[in-house]
Amino acid sequence: MLTPLHKRLLNDYQRDFPLSPTPYQDIALELGVSEEDVIDAFVELDEQDVITRIGPVIPPNRIGVSTLAAISVPETELEAVAQIISAYPEVNHNYEREHRFNLWFVVIAADAQHLAQVLADIEQQTGYPVMSLPLMEDYFIDLSFKLDLHDD
Amino acid sequence: MMIDDLDQRLLSAIQQGLPMSPRPYAELGAQIGLSESEVLARLTALKQDGLIKRLGVIVKHRQLGYRANAMVVWDIPDDQVQHIGQLISRLEFVNLCYRRPRHGATWPYNLFCMIHGKSKETVLQQLALLEQACHTQAFPKQVLFSRRCFKQRGAIYRKFEPATAHG
Repeated sequence: MLTPLHKRLLNDYQRDFPLSPTPYQDIALELGVSEEDVIDAFVELDEQDVITRIGPVIPPNRIGVSTLAAISVPETELEAVAQIISAYPEVNHNYEREHRFNLWFVVIAADAQHLAQVLADIEQQTGYPVMSLPLMEDYFIDLSFKLDLHDD
Repeated sequence: MMIDDLDQRLLSAIQQGLPMSPRPYAELGAQIGLSESEVLARLTALKQDGLIKRLGVIVKHRQLGYRANAMVVWDIPDDQVQHIGQLISRLEFVNLCYRRPRHGATWPYNLFCMIHGKSKETVLQQLALLEQACHTQAFPKQVLFSRRCFKQRGAIYRKFEPATAHG
């Protein structure tokens, strides 16, 4: 269950996590609780699997190169193909979607050559062609997410 | 902007997750041979330069009740795509809006956006609002709801092995 402290931590610290020697202490002061409460609450959020981590979000193609890729796989093979693709360290998101192209994943590499090699390797390992749709223009990227955490 | 090897190692370390302990930046620095103050100075600079878009809690929206997620794609004429992309990106419930290349007849779509909601109905209602506000009704589109999530984690930036490492 999420406590009021959990909800504050989830909503208010997605963007500007304190860059000071004692960030958890800073948050504690802002919220009127103890540093230990804040650290414990973050550990609980992590254990409850509602956060991926506390960390940076890096815009696409600022460091390295990336692409959104899709593959069309028969339903019976989807799970096995998804496992093969998820195993690549260069793959970060990998989702099943309701479409003929039913598996969508993001590949990130240090340079274009490495990216192309990973895509070619995925095609070889899975036996299916990969459609690569690299970013051309970013109209908006704000991955912080305003959460409505009312219990409903 | 160029980043040096130490920035690269620092980003790689912090992408594993900031330690949940009283002096997390000192701990991070210890892993890669930087002092706490160097870690803070470098992260502050990376953020100012936009190489870190944001620093903080990365939530798993699915686990928080946002179970419906649609990737919506349109085929918009090239001379209108930027204008419409900018209109879409202003809507509060849209998190991402990108232009991507078409891929022949199998994939004629060039504008992508992402909508998260607590249910499919909410997402479809938001999409209806979007179509009205941005005048996209006339363009071919597809709505791709997500089913299973096989992997969700931040990109790992590190020194890459030679590409042959994957055979």
